[in-house]
Amino acid sequence: MALLEVRDLDMVFGGVHAVQGLSFEVAPGTVYSVIGPNGAGKTTLFNMVSGIYKPTRGRIFFDGEDITGKPPHALARRGLSRTFQNLQVCMNLGAIENVMVGAHLKLSQRLLPAMLHAPWLAKADDACREEAARLMHFVGVGRYVHAHASSLPYGALKRMEIARALAAGPKLLLLDEPAAGLNNTETREIDTLIQKIAASGVTVVLVEHDMKLVMGISERILVLDYGKKLAEGSAAEVRSNPDVIVAYLGGA
Amino acid sequence: MWGDPRKGPLLLVAMIVAALPLVLPNTFYFDVAIRIYLNAVVAVGLNLLIGYAGQISLGHAAFLGIGAYASAILTSRYGWPPVAAMLVGALGVAVLAFVVARPILRLKGHYLAMATLGMGIIVYIVLVTESAWTGGPDGMAVPAFGAELVGERRWYWVAGACLLATIWIACNLVDSPIGRALQALHGSEIAAQVAGIDTARYKVKVFVISAVFASLTGSLLAHYVGFITPQLSGFFHSIELVTMVVVGGMASTYGAVVGAAILTVLPQLLSTFEGYELVVFGLILMLSMIFMPKGLVPNLAGWLRRS
Ligand SMILES: Nc1ncnc2c1ncn2[C@@H]1O[C@H](COP(=O)(O)OP(=O)(O)OP(=O)(O)O)[C@@H](O)[C@H]1O
Ligand SMILES: [Mg+2]
Repeated sequence: MALLEVRDLDMVFGGVHAVQGLSFEVAPGTVYSVIGPNGAGKTTLFNMVSGIYKPTRGRIFFDGEDITGKPPHALARRGLSRTFQNLQVCMNLGAIENVMVGAHLKLSQRLLPAMLHAPWLAKADDACREEAARLMHFVGVGRYVHAHASSLPYGALKRMEIARALAAGPKLLLLDEPAAGLNNTETREIDTLIQKIAASGVTVVLVEHDMKLVMGISERILVLDYGKKLAEGSAAEVRSNPDVIVAYLGGA
Repeated sequence: MWGDPRKGPLLLVAMIVAALPLVLPNTFYFDVAIRIYLNAVVAVGLNLLIGYAGQISLGHAAFLGIGAYASAILTSRYGWPPVAAMLVGALGVAVLAFVVARPILRLKGHYLAMATLGMGIIVYIVLVTESAWTGGPDGMAVPAFGAELVGERRWYWVAGACLLATIWIACNLVDSPIGRALQALHGSEIAAQVAGIDTARYKVKVFVISAVFASLTGSLLAHYVGFITPQLSGFFHSIELVTMVVVGGMASTYGAVVGAAILTVLPQLLSTFEGYELVVFGLILMLSMIFMPKGLVPNLAGWLRRS
């Protein structure tokens, strides 16, 4: 059974039809990529899947359950996590606290123990901090463990967001352009990182413009154009699809 | 030790509270100290909402007023024990804050400010017009908290203990998963939601917590002063409370304490400017906002760290 299934999804903003009649399935344990030119509707798709936008039409199923229109925090509870193309970082917190925020659902949310600094809660929070530090090392920003989020360079913030998403222990991870704005070396590191994440059993849906990265890493690729599915298949299939070639070479 | 706000800084405040009676010359100064401590309790609570969670309230004096009037009415007219009246008042405020918070906190920025302002004005008008209960604009007398608890020197220790307890609780909260969630929704509401934080619920939670701090303080203040008027819940008082938080330092518990001290002492000092107190007061606020936009304590901490 598919971990994520999107059925006949539509999103309309005023006059803009950002996503139209889109259907696809993501099998568990795979890396599934979504590519397409600027404005194709990739981020809009992520925003619908993660509950930030309510689709105009269509259904989204996660782990067999209809999650259409459920709020983001309810989806996080079910094991869905993501990063952002335009960073969403809490600049009022330390880098490690940002990662710890990702583990929010693993910790007690009761008020009284928090107000009274209950020892068991403090211990759980310390363990969460250690795990966050481990994740920061895992994604390659270990040296910023004691830094404030506002002092991190752009590339480090992108990785910090991945660590935050992983801190939730997700089943499905949506990565929106993790390599954007990174140089070649950094992009290769991100490549390795995504492979490590996938190998750990997390299903990954990746939006990325870097074709080398996408072609090498993905089991399946979905090509979007003006909000519609242009093609779907393995890297080889997509690469040889005439529609895709036309769209990407900008021909008429 | 200075890294943990519950250790060094709290000990310092405790020592100041303990030592001050040795140097305060008369009851006038005790009175000022008590008012500083009680205002600081409200400011520390309000700072959780404004400084940490990033939500504005221009109506928090309303909660303080309700707490004060609940204590006054229940003890004087129904002969309730003061502690019971205080707790029931706080419970009532918690319920009210909970009911108004959900629709109000969906608003942002100016709209949130206007909505909380409106709520404060409604409470003020109710207190003025329901004169059969509240004594109207003239106010009403409040019985003593107990036969033991009379006079500035006794109240001093009650207010001091409340302040220390409040600082400890606020620091605990800030340093907990809940405090992190509040700061996260301030930093990026979307990131917080995607991380599983029900941001609407957390905003309501912190609104209720800060309202309860105000209500409990209102009850104590009513018994301490012995006489209350609707001004306690008025717009100017709400602004004063917000100013304590902003001048002292947003998202700094000790900043809120310092802000409360400054805003309590300043009007006393400025009384020499007869007639121009408010002008000088406003000027000081403007200058502090221009030169220390983050507030006094965070700015000083920043300078110390750099030098
Ligand atoms: N909140 C919104 N309100 C109105 N229009 C929107 C909104 N979000 C996206 N759009 C529009 O929907 C279309 C798809 O945008 P989207 O951001 O999903 O593209 P994308 O594929 O992620 O592009 P890029 O590769 O540049 O990130 C664009 O025309 C965009 O202007
Ligand atoms: Mg995008």
